[in-house]
Amino acid sequence: MARRFSVQRQTGFATIAIICFFALYLPIVVLVFYAFNSADSLSSFQGLSLRWFARAFENRQVIDASIRSLQIAAVAATAATIAATMAAIATTRTEPYRGLTLKYAFINQPLMVPEIVTAVALLIFFARIKIWTGYNGLGYLIAAHTAFCVPFAYLPIRARLENMDSTLEKAAADLYATPWKAFRYVTLPLLWPGILAGFMLAFVISLDDVVITEFVKSAGQDTLPTYMLGQIRRTITPEMNAISALFLLLSICVVIVFFVVNRKRV
Amino acid sequence: MTQPGTIEAERSRDIRKRWLLSLPALLIVLLAATGPLLIVLLYSFLTPGPYGDVLWKASPDGWIGVFLEKDIFTETLSLADAHVSIFVRSVLLSLATTVVTLLFGFPTAYFIATRPERTRELWLLLITIPFWTNLLIRTFAVLQIIRNEGLINTLLMKFGLIERPIQMLFTDGAILTGMVYVYLPLMVLPVYANLEKLDFRLVEAAYDLYATPFRVLTKIIIPLAKPGLIAGSILVFIPALGAYVTPSILGGGKNLMLGNLIELQFGQGRNWPLGSALSITLMLIVTVALLVYVRNVGSQEKRHG
Repeated sequence: MARRFSVQRQTGFATIAIICFFALYLPIVVLVFYAFNSADSLSSFQGLSLRWFARAFENRQVIDASIRSLQIAAVAATAATIAATMAAIATTRTEPYRGLTLKYAFINQPLMVPEIVTAVALLIFFARIKIWTGYNGLGYLIAAHTAFCVPFAYLPIRARLENMDSTLEKAAADLYATPWKAFRYVTLPLLWPGILAGFMLAFVISLDDVVITEFVKSAGQDTLPTYMLGQIRRTITPEMNAISALFLLLSICVVIVFFVVNRKRV
Repeated sequence: MTQPGTIEAERSRDIRKRWLLSLPALLIVLLAATGPLLIVLLYSFLTPGPYGDVLWKASPDGWIGVFLEKDIFTETLSLADAHVSIFVRSVLLSLATTVVTLLFGFPTAYFIATRPERTRELWLLLITIPFWTNLLIRTFAVLQIIRNEGLINTLLMKFGLIERPIQMLFTDGAILTGMVYVYLPLMVLPVYANLEKLDFRLVEAAYDLYATPFRVLTKIIIPLAKPGLIAGSILVFIPALGAYVTPSILGGGKNLMLGNLIELQFGQGRNWPLGSALSITLMLIVTVALLVYVRNVGSQEKRHG
């Protein structure tokens, strides 16, 4: 008569968890569903159609903003990943030395400050520089994105490095490999999954940013999220749902690649 | 045999190399994140310019304006009710968000941590996807559920439970719902990371000694999961306090939070010193929260280590 009893179970926890998963996905599913709405507005659903996707692809502003978003994310994530990889090599697998804690604090600093404060700080700072130099290009956005991407790129690279044995590099050095060769042929291939994970995280973080971009951008420099924010504040049509659905698809693809890369452990 | 001197020289060369390697990252963060914060501090002590920006004349008005209001005619100071209420609302909403995400996030993390190895990854992926999804899009998704023609109101009206749609959008409740929705993964992930390492033999031992499930939860699981619970709370509280997108979409123009109040000073308000002073104040609150975190987790680790 002993009922099978799992000690790990807590009454009600599974129910709450299922409610959470349901609540997390319901709004997203509804959002995507309405992207296929053939009606003129979101008030009613009148059947399936791709008209709003077609509308989004014809919208010059959406296309321009998307291209700008991808450009900024690509440049910022690449720069942040290179800087973060170098910093990770410099801050791991060593005895503590003076300034190490300071480096950690610095690199992780963008995570500690509320985004709105960084945004305001950059608005003020770049406004000065704009007056001094007269330069108004995308450079400001790229610099800002690179800075807040650094800690995100740094974390997985550092985690990977800390789990890596330094004996292989020492062996390479014993076999007269130059430091560069040892890095190129030993460290880099082993570190690669971490670097890739860091790059993807930085890329997505840059692509998703609203607040800092909203404050830093000059006129005509809308990225896709700031364009969407502007539209959502005015009137909402299913076109926004279509754009969101495509954006979601991109995010989900990146997460799944990230998951697969991270699971392959040496 | 290497002499001690050469080892020392090698070590200092190694450290120099390490500084050179970390230089790009440090410079980027210094130039485009940390450095500008000092400028904010400087600007908070200057005089507002007529069209935004500042005049290079020192003035305490920015800081006075954080909590006080100067009457234009009589020059007397009184408590700025609007600002105080926004501060209070921001802190209360952020605390409420933290508590609600804790109440839902902890059981969810526990559920994932107790799944068999094979399905655990899948549940984790389901939490990770929203975490990586654009915050704006997720807020927009909530907006569509709770607006007057949204899913909830439509269903309630269809079943005849209500006659007119309930106004849910542009209320504090809407902001709270949105923030809980948006920040829930930030709570689940660190709590899960902590529970994953939990030794369930302790739970078994407690059951063997006739502990009730509730006692096991409060005496064994929660104390052991505490570092994760605190980390999750901090990860939710900090962005919630500085939230800008969620309150500006779901709160409309009326229900402001600190983030919106700051933005207002740089937009229509044209009072950069006040905006700067408010930003520094927000950062101070966050720093206090972080210090509490460091102290709690620090003492926790000492006890176990």
